Amino acid sequence: MSHKVTIPIGPYHPLQEEPEFYKLVVDGERVVDIDVRIGWNHRGIEKLSESKSFDQSAYLVERICGICSTSHPIAFVNAVEDIDEMEVPERALYIRTITGELERLHSHMLWLGLAGHFLGYNTVFMWAWRYREPILDVLEAISGNRNNYAMMKPGGVRRDIDNSEIPYYKKVINDELLPAVEMFKGAVLDDPVLAARLKGVGVLKHEDAVDYSVLGPTARASGYDIDVRRDEPYAAYDRVDWKVILQYEGDVFAKAVIRILEMFESIKILNQCFDKLPAGPIDCKPKHISPGDGIGHHEAPRGEVIHIVRSDGTNRPVRHKVRAPTFMNFPSFKKTVVGETISDATIILAAIDPCYCCTERLTAIDHKKNNIVCGAERLIHLSQHKTWDLGKSMGFSDSELTKKMGRKIE
Amino acid sequence: MSVKIKALTKSLWVFHLSTASCNNCDIEILDLLTPRHDVERFGILLVGSIRHADVLLVTGILNKQCKPIVKKMYDQMPKPGFVIAVGTCTAGRGMFSNTYMVDEAEPLDKVLPVDAYIPGCPPKPEAIIDGIVKLVKAKGK
Repeated sequence: MSHKVTIPIGPYHPLQEEPEFYKLVVDGERVVDIDVRIGWNHRGIEKLSESKSFDQSAYLVERICGICSTSHPIAFVNAVEDIDEMEVPERALYIRTITGELERLHSHMLWLGLAGHFLGYNTVFMWAWRYREPILDVLEAISGNRNNYAMMKPGGVRRDIDNSEIPYYKKVINDELLPAVEMFKGAVLDDPVLAARLKGVGVLKHEDAVDYSVLGPTARASGYDIDVRRDEPYAAYDRVDWKVILQYEGDVFAKAVIRILEMFESIKILNQCFDKLPAGPIDCKPKHISPGDGIGHHEAPRGEVIHIVRSDGTNRPVRHKVRAPTFMNFPSFKKTVVGETISDATIILAAIDPCYCCTERLTAIDHKKNNIVCGAERLIHLSQHKTWDLGKSMGFSDSELTKKMGRKIE
Repeated sequence: MSVKIKALTKSLWVFHLSTASCNNCDIEILDLLTPRHDVERFGILLVGSIRHADVLLVTGILNKQCKPIVKKMYDQMPKPGFVIAVGTCTAGRGMFSNTYMVDEAEPLDKVLPVDAYIPGCPPKPEAIIDGIVKLVKAKGK
């Protein structure tokens, strides 16, 4: 006889740093269904950005998320530069790449620690966070702050890297960090306990990864070969030699492998960037942003982040839309968690490296009845309705559209 | 009361409450526990429930959804206890003062009695330690 119980987790849960709410429906030890409700972190950043100038917005989008705090600005400045097709100086492109890769290193290290913490393996947590500190020291030396770097601006970067300090950066990265990553590679990947705990847990198959359009390490762990740094290069990623890491198992272990091996690639990119760093200006000093739309992206540590900016010729964006990677990775929980045990659920949820503050979107709630007014079905309906209207405006008849879309949309 | 507070400052147990924050302050707080700073040396421990805590550490802006929860959390905290506001958002809302999500919310000190402010975006771990030391010195007299 099956007896289903709903376990509420959150919104203020000691394990997670951020407020979010999971509803796990379990039958005995097995998870039967999962529902996620986020929105506690909503701050209205997209709307706020419309009241700030292009230069100020770069600071604002940094505060979307503390861990991806240079990914959002890179995507944003790419979008603004896309409007005018600005010629950004080479040195600025290299400095962007350096900041982006340092951030990837510290984010992957942070994930590794938290994953250890979620498994109850606090040794990994402490060691990973200890070796994260040298990266933060380098970032502090480059940008002046440990987390919010304020390096990006439309047209270039705000701060130059002092050439005389490059040997110090390289020393920290190659002498302190590289041995640590090597150690983690051995300690995590060859550990029989972790292998027994993580292999075959929370498998996301390749076809599901494609169906759910997951991004970043989550996708690459399922053999879904996407990386926007290679597919559509920006900054200096096409000027350095590196490769995209792929795994095919799709389980939590594969995701850990991806992140550890990506750290080696990041170190490789950093070394090349420091060696090649060209001389010259760091900023093309744009005077004016013309009217138009621009799309910018960046491969954040968690996947591709997209910013869309519309300008009407004034000094402020009229519309600024952000799509964070966790927004796409979230729904894959349905495929990975269902069927697993409760004790595995936490690490499966953590495996996509969810970042809730990136993802917050508005959900309208009828608070008297506690119904979600604008749920998934409603959104699908709205989207289909829009397609229908577009079809009508393109001159298709009702019967043709019904045939194309499968049914009549009212 | 003063004896109680003096005893309290010997070993502060901290509950970390993240309202609508960007994660940065939260990470710096976790960073305090890890080997470089290791505040557990001083008896400071992060606990899982507000009912075990002496200190409520609040990060992030208080948006419309978090404000009632923060009040509820404070009511559950055993008294006497301290409230520390970490980060510019909590102390004065920072760049989020004009968003539609917080127009009714105030800085934390309009909602709860705040004992210490640690400004910064995010404050460095050293700054957080400094803030706690100042609080302990002021209260433990």
